[in-house]
Amino acid sequence: MTESTNKLAVLPTLNRKDSPLANPANQLSMLDALPMNGSGDFNGALAAAKLPPLRATGIDTLQLNLGRVCNQTCAHCHVDAGPDRKENMSREVAEACMRVLAETEIPTVDITGGAPEMCPEFRYIVEESRRLGRHVMDRCNLTILLAKRYSDLPKFLAEHQVEVVCSLPHYRALGTDRQRGDGVFEASIEALQRLNAIGYGREGSGLRLVIVTNPVGAFLPSGQASMEADWKRELKARHKIEFSELYSITNMPISRYLEWLESSGNLVSYMQTLVDAFNPEAAAGVMCRNTLSVGWDGRLFDCDFNQMLDLELGADQPRRIQDFDMAALATREIVTGRHCFGCTAGSGSSCGGATV
Amino acid sequence: MTGYYNPQHLTDFHSISEHAPDLGKKFFEWYGSVMEDGALSSREKSLIALGVSHAVQCPYCIEAYTKDALKQGYDVEQLTEVVHVASAIKGGAALVHGMQMREVADGLGM
Repeated sequence: MTESTNKLAVLPTLNRKDSPLANPANQLSMLDALPMNGSGDFNGALAAAKLPPLRATGIDTLQLNLGRVCNQTCAHCHVDAGPDRKENMSREVAEACMRVLAETEIPTVDITGGAPEMCPEFRYIVEESRRLGRHVMDRCNLTILLAKRYSDLPKFLAEHQVEVVCSLPHYRALGTDRQRGDGVFEASIEALQRLNAIGYGREGSGLRLVIVTNPVGAFLPSGQASMEADWKRELKARHKIEFSELYSITNMPISRYLEWLESSGNLVSYMQTLVDAFNPEAAAGVMCRNTLSVGWDGRLFDCDFNQMLDLELGADQPRRIQDFDMAALATREIVTGRHCFGCTAGSGSSCGGATV
Repeated sequence: MTGYYNPQHLTDFHSISEHAPDLGKKFFEWYGSVMEDGALSSREKSLIALGVSHAVQCPYCIEAYTKDALKQGYDVEQLTEVVHVASAIKGGAALVHGMQMREVADGLGM
């Protein structure tokens, strides 16, 4: 690792600490037990807005979660990822995912983790997906690009025309390091500069570089377009960094963010904020309606959040990627819970940022 | 009466329209329009509002615009600088009145 990545502060994961919240069932029961004013029932909120239960409209994105291994331990991580995790997608599961791609016309492969680049199958999945002509997105934490073992990644990603969707909560160090660990801001800026140097984020290069910002605290994001203008001006002026687009994403009250909400005394008010900000327009556009999420072990879910909560697909649906069945999956009913208010609050939230 | 500055007053603020509905409606519509994106963005207006909140020392406004500015993506160091700007203008406003004092004193003094 370079000097920059060695400086990153990491903490034990919930899993390593044997925290009760490492168990998804405990997270779900904690959320369900919260006293809410008004309807804290997600399907009830849909019905009150005269919307039917959520149902898929097709599969435009195959989102592959390659595992829980990461070089960072961000305070808001819904995966409870970190260096002490071992879960990684195997070649067998990766090949099954590629078979599904080859047998369908799903246009987009969205690769996430953990730090997905740390999975030994990452490059195989990128190469194969691109060979099949699919658009590939890498959800990158930036600092991994500075680790010596991965220092050729920017070139690899550029050669395969991979869209890089990276996390940077703020254009200043304070918020970034509070959320993602001391030293992360400085390393992230260096990684963004390396990506810019090979064309990422530069107009006309065809190499899209998206920055994702999550609120650093117990509040909703607001004004994505306005924030983007500010982020572009400030990153350019302060660090000569350019990027294509900014996504603002709501923090989900699960896993490590759930632990922080509880320990900081913000859990009830945050959940109430999500419930009160329920937006029917956002509900109609949630990403689970056109996404299928695949876990490192090949299990299938409606979204990455359901995956972390161990909420598998509904009855009569295939359980594993090896049993993929487009006819059944494309119109499946989505499995929901209180956490779903996170994607329908205010301007909405998805892996592509605000939805309305 | 529960005392001065009850936090619930902020939540219930809209009920101020109850005894003057037309005026209340006009105020809240105008207020909403003022804070929308215009020649200045709503993000910039949020910071201005936070500074004015401190200058007029309104705890309701301070709570509301601290939360709003955080939502808009500003961090606590930036918010603290806003408070210093408000304080500097308030302090400067007091001090510049010293010129009035000087004018009076200089006119009367020997």
